[in-house]
Amino acid sequence: MAKPQTPKPEELVKVDYGTPGKSWIDIPVEFKDGHWCFGSRPEFLEAVGMPNARDWKPDEADWKLPDDWKDTILQGIKERLEKYRSFHIFMDICVRCGACADKCHFYIGSGDPKNMPVLRAELIRSIYRKYFTPGGKVFGKFAGARELTEEVIKEWWYYFYQCTECRRCSVFCPYGIDQAEITMIGRELLNLIGTQTGWIAGPVANCYNKGNHLGLEPHTLSSNMEYLVDDIEEITGIRVEPSWNRKGAEILFVTPSGDLFGDPGTYTAMGYLMLFHELGLDYTWSTYASEGGNFGFFTSMDMAKRLNYKIYAEAKRLGVKWIIGGECGHMWRVLHQYMDTWNGPADFLEEPVSPITGTKFENAKSTKMVHIAEFTADLIKHGKIKLDPSRNDHLNVTFHDSCNTARGMGMFEEPRYIINNVVNNFHEMSEEESREKTFCCGSGSGLNAGENMEIRMRGGMPRANAVKKVRDKHGVNMLANICAIDRATLSALMDYWTPDVGVCGAHELLANALVMTGEKKRTQDLRLEDLPGMEEEANEEGDE
Amino acid sequence: MGILFSLLIVVGLAVVALVGASMGHGMQMFFGVIVPYVSLAIFIVAGINKVVKWGRTPVPFQIPTTCGQQKSLPWIKHSPIENPNDTWGVVRRMALEVLLFRSLFRNLKTEINDGKLSYGSEKLLWLAGLAFHVSFFTVVLRHLRFFITPVPAFINITDSLDGFMQVGAPHLLLTGVILVAATAFLLYRRIGMAQIKHISLPADYFPLFLIIGIALSGIVMRYVTKVDIVKVKELTMGLLSFSFTVPSGIGVVFFIHVFLISTLLAYFPFSKLMHLGGVFLSPTRNMPNNSREKRHINPWNDTFGTEVHTYAHYEDAFREKMKDAGLPVEKE
Amino acid sequence: MYNGGKIIAGLVIFFGLLTVPFFINAVKPTSGANPSIDTPVINSLDTKECVKPADYMRIEHMKVLDEWRDEVVRDGDRKTIHVGGKDFQKSLQNGCMECHSNKKQFCDECHKYAGVKPYCWSCHFVKEEGRI
Repeated sequence: MAKPQTPKPEELVKVDYGTPGKSWIDIPVEFKDGHWCFGSRPEFLEAVGMPNARDWKPDEADWKLPDDWKDTILQGIKERLEKYRSFHIFMDICVRCGACADKCHFYIGSGDPKNMPVLRAELIRSIYRKYFTPGGKVFGKFAGARELTEEVIKEWWYYFYQCTECRRCSVFCPYGIDQAEITMIGRELLNLIGTQTGWIAGPVANCYNKGNHLGLEPHTLSSNMEYLVDDIEEITGIRVEPSWNRKGAEILFVTPSGDLFGDPGTYTAMGYLMLFHELGLDYTWSTYASEGGNFGFFTSMDMAKRLNYKIYAEAKRLGVKWIIGGECGHMWRVLHQYMDTWNGPADFLEEPVSPITGTKFENAKSTKMVHIAEFTADLIKHGKIKLDPSRNDHLNVTFHDSCNTARGMGMFEEPRYIINNVVNNFHEMSEEESREKTFCCGSGSGLNAGENMEIRMRGGMPRANAVKKVRDKHGVNMLANICAIDRATLSALMDYWTPDVGVCGAHELLANALVMTGEKKRTQDLRLEDLPGMEEEANEEGDE
Repeated sequence: MGILFSLLIVVGLAVVALVGASMGHGMQMFFGVIVPYVSLAIFIVAGINKVVKWGRTPVPFQIPTTCGQQKSLPWIKHSPIENPNDTWGVVRRMALEVLLFRSLFRNLKTEINDGKLSYGSEKLLWLAGLAFHVSFFTVVLRHLRFFITPVPAFINITDSLDGFMQVGAPHLLLTGVILVAATAFLLYRRIGMAQIKHISLPADYFPLFLIIGIALSGIVMRYVTKVDIVKVKELTMGLLSFSFTVPSGIGVVFFIHVFLISTLLAYFPFSKLMHLGGVFLSPTRNMPNNSREKRHINPWNDTFGTEVHTYAHYEDAFREKMKDAGLPVEKE
Repeated sequence: MYNGGKIIAGLVIFFGLLTVPFFINAVKPTSGANPSIDTPVINSLDTKECVKPADYMRIEHMKVLDEWRDEVVRDGDRKTIHVGGKDFQKSLQNGCMECHSNKKQFCDECHKYAGVKPYCWSCHFVKEEGRI
C-alpha cells in the first residue's frame, strides 16, 4: 500500500476550527488519507497470542471482526469499569466544560472536533451510557447514549490512534480526567477483537521474541554497537569497552533500542558509552532486555506487563545491584508508574547508590531504577566530570519536555541542569509550551509510522510552532530532549516545519562537552562533523 | 434541539408544580412533603451507591498527573503541591483543586493567526465556575435558617455578609445575583460558543436550566411574589420532625421552588453532577508521585500478563548466534 | 488499592452534615413562632384592625415600612393613613409600635424563628427598652 502524500506546510497550517451544524453522534467517521496507520499483520498478533489475527485493511468495509465482537467489547468495558477506578470515574463525571478542547495538539493541528479530548472520551462514554447507566438505557440519545455498531468501532480505532496519550488535557481538566487513560482502555478494547495497527503490533512481537522493538538479534546488537565504539575512537582516540549480558556487573543499563540503530539517537547512545567509560562504571547492557521502551503499553496493560517483565528478570539473572534507564519518554512512564506494581517487588536488588558520588537515590529505593538524567545531574553537581561547554558553542539549544517525563513523572530540572552545564547557549520555550504544559511531538504512543504522516505533522504543529518562535527570536538551531521517540519523530517534524533546527539527546550534548581522560584534541562532535574553530588548530598541531 | 428540549422540561416541571399547588391542600401535601422526602431519599441512597461503586473499583496503578518538579535529588527544588510525593502534599493539592479549582485556573485560550499559535490567559470559565459554586454553596448554607431552630449565629452572619449592601427590604442578597449571573454565563458558553455548543448534551443544558429555575423562583419568592416564610419554616421543620404539615396560604412559588430542587436532588446521583464526589476520587489528582519510592499494590495484578518470554526461551532461540558473537550464554 | 476508609469517612461527613438538621430536631424539638398581640393598646381597641389585613402584613410588612420610609424621609410626605376610623402615622416608632409595643413578643418572635435580621433597630429604638 502506498503511503499518502502529505500536503505542504503552508497548506497544513490553515486549520479550520469550525463546527458542523449537527450533533457529532450523527457524523459518521471518515478515514482521511495520512491520518491512520495500516492494520496489523496476522503474524504479529500470533507471535504474542493476541486474538483475531487476520489480514485486514482499515480502509476496507469488512474488518473481519469475530462474530461475537459486540459481546466481547461490552464484556471488556464491564470488566474495566470494575478494574480501573480512573476509567469508571472518568466515564461518570465529565461536565463537558471544554477546558480540554484546545489543549490537545491534535485538535489544534487538525480542527477535527472529535480530536477535542472531551469528544474523544465521549466516543466511548456514549457506549458506556447506553449499556451501563439507567439514564442512557431509558433516554438514549437525549442522555448522550448510542448503540454500539461496527461504525463505532471504526470511529474508536480512527481516533484512539490519533491520541498520543500525552496527558496535556489532564493538566487542565478540573477533575484531572486523563484522556490518555481513556485512550489506553479504548485501545485495550480494540485489541480484544484484533484491531491493532501494524506499527505497534510489529514492535510488540519483536520485543517479545527478540528483546527489542526493532527486532535486532543479539549478535546484531553487539556488532551495531561496535560501529558506535569505532566512531567514539575516531572522535576521542579512546576505545570504550561496553559489555553485554555480563553477570556480576553492579548496574544494568536499559535504554530504547532505537538509540542503537537510528540517527540521531545513536549519538545519544555514544554519549552514554563515553560517560560510563569515563566514570569507569561497572555496568552491562543486555541483549535479552534490550528495550527500555514498551509498545505493549500502547496495546494493553497485559501486553505491557509481559514485555516489561524482562527488565527485572534480567537484572535478577545477571545479579546486578540496581538499574539505570536511558533517555526515553513512555519508557519512563512505564518504569516510574507501572513497573514496580506489575513486576515488583525488586527485593533481589539493592537500593541505588551512585558508586561515583555516594548519593543514595531515595526516590527510587523501591523500583531500584534510576533515570540517567538524575544520575548525571548528580555527577555534575558533585563535580565528578570535567566539562567543556564551549565545544557546544556552535549550538543554540532549546529543550523539549517529553510528555511522559513531564506529566507522568515531573522531571523538569534534571535535564535542564545537565544542558545548562554543557552548553553556553540555551533558550527556553515559553511557559505555555513547556514543562507540564509541554506539547507532544505528535507521534508518540506508537503513532510514529510513515503512512499517517499528515496527522503526525498536524499533531506536531504546536510543538514545531514553539520551536520556530525560539528559533526566530534567539537563533536556536538544536532541539534537545530526553526521549528516543522524540529523537526520531522531532527530526521529521523539524524537517517539515522548521528545517534548520536539529534534534539531539541531552547526553549527546553532554558527551560533546565531556573531557575524557587521555582523549585526543576534539576536532569533531559526536556526529563526526567538524567543530567550528577547532579544525584549524588541529591542523596546526598536525603540522608541527 | 437539546437546548430547547431541556428548557421545556424545566418549564414543564415548573408548570406541573404551579398547577398542582393551586389545586388545594392535598396536592400541596404531595409537592411540599412527599416529593421532597422521596427525592432526598433518592439523593442519599443513589448517591452513596454511586460512590460505593467507585470505591469498590480498585486503583490498580499510581497515575498522578504531575504538574511540577518531582522530588528526586535533595538539591533540586521540589514542587510539593503540583507534584506531591506524600499525603500532606496530596491534601494541599486536593484542597486547591476542590476549593479554588486550581487546574481550571491554568486555562489558556489557543489561537492561530497567520500560521502562528499563541496562548492567551482565559480565566472567565474559572471565574464563572468558582462564582457559581461558591454562591450556590452560600445560598444552601443560608437556607439552613429554615431547618434549624434557633437559627445559629453563623447563618445569621452569613446572611448579613451576603446582604451587606443593605439594598431594599428584604435586603438584596449578593449570592443570589451572582448565582444567576454565573449560570447565565455558563449557559451562554454552551449556546453562544460554537465549540462548546458542539460538545454539549441535553444533560449539560438541563441542570443549568434547572438551577437557573431554582434561583429565579427563589428570587421571585423573596422580592416579588413573596411567601409567608414563617409558614414555610413550619413546613420545613415539620419535614424534619416527620409531622407532615402544610400550613395553608404559603404561596405557589414556594412549591415550584421545592419541586425544582427535588428534581435536582433526585437527578443528581445519575448525572455528571456527581463530580461533587468524583473530584475527590480522581486518581490523577489524589495520589502522591512516589511510585518508585514505595511500591503501589494492584489487587488484581496476578490475573494478567502472566505469559512471558523468559531468558531461557530467548537463549534457546539465539544460542548459536550469541556464541558466535562472543556473547556469554547460560548453557553451552 | 481502594482507600475504603477515607471514602467511607468522606461519605459519613458529607451525608452527616446534610442530615444534621434532622438530628438537631430530634434532640431538641421546637415549636413554631407565635407572635403576640397582647398589649395594653391593642387590648383596649374595639376593632383590632391594622393598616392592611393580617395575611398581607405577615408577608409584606417590610415593603410597607420601606415605602413609608421613602415617603416620609425622602418626600416629606407625612400624611397619616386612615383605616377603620383611626389614623396611623407612617412611622415605625410612632405608628406601628404605638400598638405593637411588645417588640420581643411580636417582631422578634418571627424574625428570630426565620433568621431575619432587619436593620430597623440600627436607628430606631424601642420605648420599653428605654434605649436612645
